[in-house]
Amino acid sequence: MHPLLKPDAGEKMLLLGNEAIVRGALEAGVGFATAYPGTPSSEIADTFFRIAAESDLYFEYSTNEKVALETAAGSAVSGVRTMCSMKHVGLNVAADPLMTLAYVGVRGGLVIVTADDPSLFSSQNEQDSRYYARLANLPMLEPSSAQEAKEMTKAAFEISEALELPVLVRTTTRLSHHRGMVTMGALAAGQTTGRFEKNSARFVTIPANARVRHKVLLEQADKARDMANRSPFNTVTGAGPWGIATSGMAYNYVVDAVKDLGIGDKVRVFKLGFSHPFPDALALEFIRSAEKILVVEELEPILEDSLKVRAQTHRLVTPIAGKGPDLFSRLFEYEPAMVRKVTARYFEIAYRPAQPVDTGKDPEQVQMPMRPPNLCAGCPHRATYYAVNAVLRETGTKAVFPSDIGCYTLGVLPPLQTTDFVVCMGSSVSSAAGISRVTGQKVIAFIGDSTFFHSGITGLVNAVHNQHRFILVILDNGTTAMTGHQPHPGVQIAPPDWKKPSVSIEAMVRACGVEDVAVVNPINLTKTKAAIAQALAADRLSVIIAKAPCPLYERKVLGTKKKRSFVVGPECNTDCTACVDTLGCPALFRNPAPDAETTMIIDENLCIGCGVCVQICKHIRPKKAAA
Amino acid sequence: MKNYRVFFTGVGGQGTLLATMVLAEAAIRAGHPVLASEVHGMAQRGGVVESSVMIGDIHSPIISDGEADVLLGFEPLETYRALRKCSANSVIISNQVPIMPFGVAIGKSVYPDVDKLFRFAASQVKRLITLDAPALARQAGSVLSANMVMVGALARSGVLPVSRESFEETIRAKTKKQFLDINLKAFESGYATS
Repeated sequence: MHPLLKPDAGEKMLLLGNEAIVRGALEAGVGFATAYPGTPSSEIADTFFRIAAESDLYFEYSTNEKVALETAAGSAVSGVRTMCSMKHVGLNVAADPLMTLAYVGVRGGLVIVTADDPSLFSSQNEQDSRYYARLANLPMLEPSSAQEAKEMTKAAFEISEALELPVLVRTTTRLSHHRGMVTMGALAAGQTTGRFEKNSARFVTIPANARVRHKVLLEQADKARDMANRSPFNTVTGAGPWGIATSGMAYNYVVDAVKDLGIGDKVRVFKLGFSHPFPDALALEFIRSAEKILVVEELEPILEDSLKVRAQTHRLVTPIAGKGPDLFSRLFEYEPAMVRKVTARYFEIAYRPAQPVDTGKDPEQVQMPMRPPNLCAGCPHRATYYAVNAVLRETGTKAVFPSDIGCYTLGVLPPLQTTDFVVCMGSSVSSAAGISRVTGQKVIAFIGDSTFFHSGITGLVNAVHNQHRFILVILDNGTTAMTGHQPHPGVQIAPPDWKKPSVSIEAMVRACGVEDVAVVNPINLTKTKAAIAQALAADRLSVIIAKAPCPLYERKVLGTKKKRSFVVGPECNTDCTACVDTLGCPALFRNPAPDAETTMIIDENLCIGCGVCVQICKHIRPKKAAA
Repeated sequence: MKNYRVFFTGVGGQGTLLATMVLAEAAIRAGHPVLASEVHGMAQRGGVVESSVMIGDIHSPIISDGEADVLLGFEPLETYRALRKCSANSVIISNQVPIMPFGVAIGKSVYPDVDKLFRFAASQVKRLITLDAPALARQAGSVLSANMVMVGALARSGVLPVSRESFEETIRAKTKKQFLDINLKAFESGYATS
């Protein structure tokens, strides 16, 4: 049985923030869940995936966040409690249904989890999703601990049904990926089937209906504001003349700062858990009670601005500050010492910070080599990139490389450097069209298989119809590798008990109208290079599907063992560094031994025996089995 | 009770996250409030993996610079890079065996002298304990159990209010049967050696 299904009410368990969200949904009787994976939200989806295998709960990895939200909406309007999870940039993809789903609302509770990523641990931007609650006029809850993540998720279903509106639960990387003790509530037997009751005046958003529904939404938002004003998730604690307003993970830094600075008797802390609609009455009371207020919130000054509006509306001149040169930044996640320091400065309290060890004072002046992540040893993407670079080098051609979001974005690093432009999921295909059209430069775009399903297809249809000329390489490793090997519609190597049909990328590409289509195994460099050379010569829209499974995934699902080992032969004793200069496999490197026989060496533990290097250097050969 | 902050650093594939969970759950077994945090995403791709465990009445799940009571470094260069988390009051437990960053492996940069890294570290903190974790792990039966060697050394250091038994019970509860003996032996060797 899945560990999240085991504990009874009252039991305690150390849970990841994301797991606590799933437990909260289960305690609310969730019957249907959808997601597109994305760090830091992925464990929500992955946990549902495993739980769905042993319960009546329906879960799917949808092809993208828009599809996930629309699928979830279909379930929720049919009366089933539904959850839809995604990362912050995923909510951009889902923004279109979100904005109008707010008009028509739901019947069964619909909770949308969006996971922000302050500090961009694994994202292309650090947008603040709290603006979406404002944009869509929807309620938003912001947990600050694993326990709250569970409680708020559960409550979000109640709020959603009471208002008949979707409710957003917003986390951050730190909330999603911290672990805290959670006291369980009782699991609820969820309703997994529903019925769609027709009501075209509500659910069909032709302008005449949508005008009415917009008014309904604003009325519901007023009710939501009343709920926020009365919500147990919005609290004022402590006593004293000063005020601190905060939400989310920053609340924890505030609690520790107040304690560490010994100002528990001087400051009241206003914690906003039900943060949108902004609880205006509570806020006003809080402003009136304080001589001066510090606002501690990561990213944008949203609470700060809302408090200032409240103050102005009531002609209060209480100093309210949050973001500023000597205060908090709009950049990156916060941390305890920073919050302590700014709090001390703002309230003019003496404070002696810790004295961190400073390696700058090391008389040895050590240069620390960086350790960037790298494509794994044996990764087929590396072989594809190598082949592209080799063909360009051999033909004296230069090319621009629009790329996309996934493991393969690591191709930006030397020595491959096959990534020139990345903005969002799917952008490789469409930006390739624009770049090739206006520059006339050769353009070779890269997109992963899951990303192609997510949002590459429409760009490809556009490219066919508008006669754009570029090469699209679809890096098909059979899984959504970057986020933890989630299956996608093109899955070939299936997880255990997988019974869903596979959608052929090749057939889809052909169906889009692409005439030049090649499918190659990138591990075979000769054939891959030939396909690339042919596409370059054709000088029109070509698609190359570079198809080889992610070795980590293959090993995980099939238990694939290493096929063979390779060694560097004794002839490798020159200054030649071509292999590391062009391939960059982490298993193949300069021999560190001072009296080394060979210039290069292969790390047998890292090498998976893919056999790419053996095709680029005659000094590398299969290792003979020990006699 | 005093509060404790333990910072873990290492390279993807070294098992730092499992070690983090073992400490967190052992501290819970010992009856303490616990928070932990980890950064996911790059763990399998050779990047740096950092995590934290807080024991006591602490709300923040992360550690600011200069505020770690213990730094558990699974790789010498990463131990050095994480020295900012330490102050003069910190205890460092570090593996001695380098994992070459890719830039070093291909000859584009140089790995610093490990003795020099440790000499500076030792001069800056209360105590530095170093050990050859992979060698001890191999003796225990598998180099993959080096993370449990490190946990053993952490238990032996006595810095944290978590008993050896709490660690061992946690390892028993968390380890798959076929690796249990090896992991316990690895823990034991880390405990005995440091």
